[in-house]
Amino acid sequence: MRADLQELKALCKEVRRDIVKMTAAAGSGHPGGSLSSVELLVGLYFAKMRHDPQRPDWADRDRFILSKGHVAPVLYSVLARAGYFPVEELLTLRKLGSRLQGHPSMLSLPGIDNSSGSLGQGLSQANGLALAARLNKQDYRVYCLLGDGELQEGQVWEAVMTAAHYKLSSVCAIVDYNNLQIDGPVEEVIGLHPLADKWQAFNWHVISIDGHDLEQVLAAYDEAENVKDKPSVIIAKTIKGKGVSFMENVAGWHGRAPNQEELAKALAELAN
Amino acid sequence: MIKKPTRDGYGEALLILGESNPDVVVLDADLAMSTRTNWFRDKYPERFFDIGIAEQDMLGTAAGLAMGGKIPFATTYGVFIAGRAWDQIRTTICYANLNVKIGGMHGGISVGADGATHQALEEIALMRVIPNMKMIVPCDAIEGRKATLAAAEIPGPVYLRFAREATPIFTKEEDEWQFGKANLLRAGTDVTIIGCGPILYEALLAADQMAQEGISCRVLNMHTIKPIDTEAIVAAAEETGAIVTVEEHQVNAGLGGAVAEVLVKNKPVPVEMVGIMDTFGESGNPDELAIKYGLTHRDIMTAVRRVLNRK
Repeated sequence: MRADLQELKALCKEVRRDIVKMTAAAGSGHPGGSLSSVELLVGLYFAKMRHDPQRPDWADRDRFILSKGHVAPVLYSVLARAGYFPVEELLTLRKLGSRLQGHPSMLSLPGIDNSSGSLGQGLSQANGLALAARLNKQDYRVYCLLGDGELQEGQVWEAVMTAAHYKLSSVCAIVDYNNLQIDGPVEEVIGLHPLADKWQAFNWHVISIDGHDLEQVLAAYDEAENVKDKPSVIIAKTIKGKGVSFMENVAGWHGRAPNQEELAKALAELAN
Repeated sequence: MIKKPTRDGYGEALLILGESNPDVVVLDADLAMSTRTNWFRDKYPERFFDIGIAEQDMLGTAAGLAMGGKIPFATTYGVFIAGRAWDQIRTTICYANLNVKIGGMHGGISVGADGATHQALEEIALMRVIPNMKMIVPCDAIEGRKATLAAAEIPGPVYLRFAREATPIFTKEEDEWQFGKANLLRAGTDVTIIGCGPILYEALLAADQMAQEGISCRVLNMHTIKPIDTEAIVAAAEETGAIVTVEEHQVNAGLGGAVAEVLVKNKPVPVEMVGIMDTFGESGNPDELAIKYGLTHRDIMTAVRRVLNRK
């Protein structure tokens, strides 16, 4: 289902509008990291992954494991825009009785491949899915989105070793490298530098890109798919809050929703 | 008296499952020989995954395998699995109700010489509090095998608690065993001893000796901790009027706590608890530790006398 670049770019704007609208309606949530991951997810769901919104349980679908569960808004928007559930439902985010939980629940909403919210746990799940596919002789791929701050969790590096050890080439990790976490810049909290070298030393194929350049994003997914003897990681340099000037590169927008005035300003900037 | 560790029952069951169910896979965290998963590994190497000394990753990998349609049995010592990987069990596995089976070895103080760090005394409390989790504590190797086989058929997460030491086999192959249903080991009318795990053998010794004093003890094997057999507990309270709980685990929030919860809501009667009393263990041989920490049939008899005085 590869759409053309202009359509994808328009879709990215649409998703960004959804994110600010959803979090504003909820009065809470995580716009910053959601906005930084938009191209990465739009690229996957609209140009790369094998999936079918009519069959969310299709056994041979490619999987998307969201490890940084707090960016649920971007995933919900992309799933709704892909047709997994009505777009109107997006505004129920975080409300009592909603299928759109504050952090994703795979039992609550079609299209969600894992439940997450406690950081550091997704890559292990991606590995397990890849091992299951190998045993079942299925050829689906497993994508796993991680935050950069999340890489401070020890379990991530356990999983990094496991994927390399079992040569899980169907696993593609994606790091949303926006360099901001709640307490400030990642390099000031607990630094990751040199990040690409770390993954390389753990025997991963490393692809470094600008995570807001759709052409680079799509090329990276293709490159990862062609690596057959090791897992791949895409280190996507991004801007937290991308697309909304007053949110960009401000740590405070990690976990706070825009008010009505801020929403109007954001939507004006994100107009087509 | 034939003795065998309950963990042998786990290893035997995995071999049976390896043959009967192609979806069963086994994971371990560098303890395959000790946990008996090496038996499965040697026969079904393509379905065995050693994740190394990385328990949290092992549980997450098991979760992924379950998402992919497999029935993973994730295995290591109880302290490292129920304790260290608790959040992975809670959030990744139980919240999503994934079909992951957990084999927690070396439960109890009878682990012995390794000391407090390796003596798992909290898994019942840690596991039974999580929604969707189910939990079984087999009393001997035969029950260990039956419970493991049953776990493969029970949808969703199941925790199985095993012990290290060779302990008496006192159930029979032909005994009926049903998940969630306590087994009556001795009929009795004056008091009911409710226990789980190999320490139930001490409960039987206690019941036999109390019988010589003219006291009739019912003994219930509460192998399933969750869902607990409320009916059997309430019936015991109504029919015998006093309860002694017996476990090789902290009584706080352990089996003692679980039984007390049922009783206060349904039929309050005097309860005495035999088990670990809010303390860590230490190094020693299992028999010495059982005496020091009050886990022998003599301690159970003392508790029976105490509870009868409160009736």
